[in-house]
Amino acid sequence: MKVDVNVRVHPLTRVEGHGDLSIRVVGGKLAEARWDVVETPRYFEVMLKGKHYTSAAILTARICGICSIGHALASVRATERAFGVEIPETAAKLRLLCKHGETLQSHVLHLLFLAAPDFLGLPSVLPLMESSPQTVALAARLKGTANRLCEVVAGRATHPVSIQVGGMAAFPEKRALASVRGELEAAAKDLAAVAELFKGFEIPAFSRQTEFVSLLGEDGYPWIGGALLSTDGVLRREDDYLLMTNEFVDERNTSKLCRLSRDSFAVGALARWNNNHRFLHPAALDAARELGLRPDCHNPFMNNVAQLVECLHVVHESSALIEELLATPESAPLLVPVTPVEGEGVGAVEVPRGILYHHYRYGADGRVLRANCIIPTTQNNLNIQHDLEALARHLAAEGADDRRIEALCSMLVRAYDPCVSCSVH
Amino acid sequence: MRYLHIESSRPRIAVFDFTGCEGCELQFANKEETLVPFLGAVEVVNFREVSSEARDDYEIAFVEGAVSRADEAERLVEIRRRARTLVALGSCACFGGVNRMKNAYDLGEANAEVYGALPKETLPVRAVRDVVPVDLEIPGCPVSKDEVERIVRHLVLDVPFAFHAYPVCVECKQRFTTCLMEKGRLCLGTVVRAGCEAPCPAGGLGCWGCRGPAEAANVEEFFALAKERGFAEDEVRERMNFFGGFAGLLPGGAK
Repeated sequence: MKVDVNVRVHPLTRVEGHGDLSIRVVGGKLAEARWDVVETPRYFEVMLKGKHYTSAAILTARICGICSIGHALASVRATERAFGVEIPETAAKLRLLCKHGETLQSHVLHLLFLAAPDFLGLPSVLPLMESSPQTVALAARLKGTANRLCEVVAGRATHPVSIQVGGMAAFPEKRALASVRGELEAAAKDLAAVAELFKGFEIPAFSRQTEFVSLLGEDGYPWIGGALLSTDGVLRREDDYLLMTNEFVDERNTSKLCRLSRDSFAVGALARWNNNHRFLHPAALDAARELGLRPDCHNPFMNNVAQLVECLHVVHESSALIEELLATPESAPLLVPVTPVEGEGVGAVEVPRGILYHHYRYGADGRVLRANCIIPTTQNNLNIQHDLEALARHLAAEGADDRRIEALCSMLVRAYDPCVSCSVH
Repeated sequence: MRYLHIESSRPRIAVFDFTGCEGCELQFANKEETLVPFLGAVEVVNFREVSSEARDDYEIAFVEGAVSRADEAERLVEIRRRARTLVALGSCACFGGVNRMKNAYDLGEANAEVYGALPKETLPVRAVRDVVPVDLEIPGCPVSKDEVERIVRHLVLDVPFAFHAYPVCVECKQRFTTCLMEKGRLCLGTVVRAGCEAPCPAGGLGCWGCRGPAEAANVEEFFALAKERGFAEDEVRERMNFFGGFAGLLPGGAK
């Protein structure tokens, strides 16, 4: 039995941004297990001050290279709620559609390019180019479809251009929309192959009772705006997001940390699943059943499976949305005139890694007086820390060696799909 | 990579990230239809976001992000020492990017506003070229994967690369985008370096200058033109300062 272990992964690989993993076991007992966020801060809340409302979403999209559409959507929603602007129905459909494109793109990137190598015992996806080129082709195809959906609707996949305060700037070309719909049919088949692949993966059997926070679904699986719900029974209005996050700063992390009813909570695909699974598309529910994902799942490794289930949901819902848009005249109103007023607004959006909040206070000139952004990984960081302690303690008691502890603890952090640059912003 | 039975060299590349959003390195995994041949043309030896394997014998280092902490400057000097060619990838690496706007504020106050009583270490944002010599700068927020592929092809084949001399305006004409300035909307396309294929004017946003100035851009004349069209000087100035590419080129200095 191994009694002394010293694991230092500085920084952790195959995640977005810089975080350090340190685990020390002395005499068979866990002495230390730490997840430290060391990413350099960028001070977006400060840079937003004085910005005109038309540039807030352009700036805040740059918080994240993976979920820039989600940031732009949270930003324009916060501004629209501050000004009392209602966007046209067609614009709302287009926003949801590019949101789905981003969810698919981000989940596929995480599942197939970042997480899958762990389950296959590989250091990265690169060796698969020779050993399993069809898997790489499948991953590239799915990601390509997702990015094209974003490009067609939002003008660009990374850092969108068509999402504006008041609606959307342009109706997508119908021919391009129809072509993406065809690709989505193929994507549903490809995702079935991904599900088969994941059925062969051994998901670590680890569970820790956790509070999960997400938007509350009322008439569908929720993505943009609405009430906030936790599995411990807390229910708040969107505007009361501060009571749902309780951000604080500590000495060792450049990311802030959050808690609610317990020492920490989790957001993301697994939280959305636990709170809103009944609204998922039947094909997504079938996949969940086959992959052993059941409601009130407290195994963080199953976040991977919940992401895969969501991929199926967004692919089917996107096809339906495109169907509606193809039947909509291109001249349908997309953008309403905007008149800035003094006031404040909150925008909550479910981005791939969990619930994202933007909050702006505006002066009468339409310039930002004060801004606050709370990012999913900021909310997850403390929960990752607590999961890590529990998992490492369990592994130490089992007598696991350095290699096994490093592998499983890295996989645990990766399962949250952390977006560390984002969490620091 | 083989072409007409000739095996080309596969340069060993590395990708490193500093202060930024990692959206530019993500473009390496985008443009899926050419992903496999692209990755076949190079040997990836160090790329933290993609692989747990890391070696230091890289020839070409792509560096994303700006520099805003002492440990970043040290890491960058070490990368420069090892790399034969150092490429600054994206507007943050080339100009500081949107991060540069932080420099207009007192950093102590910025810290107090965001972190309260527990400030974090931070320095004024610098571009990569302000810390180490750079061999090539690929601007863009994000970079265009098409352009990155073209540049990598040149690096693989040892053929010098030249950016388009013309501005974004030309690319709008090429894709039949109606001029936003003609519609009464501000667009920096006439003075900004082309190569992105102008997605922002086409998407209704207009050009915000993320790629920095085109060759011999007449910035002063652009201010005159914008004024003639009724845009406030402050609006133009704010837009040109957004990504940092026009630092030092604005009439009367940055404000």
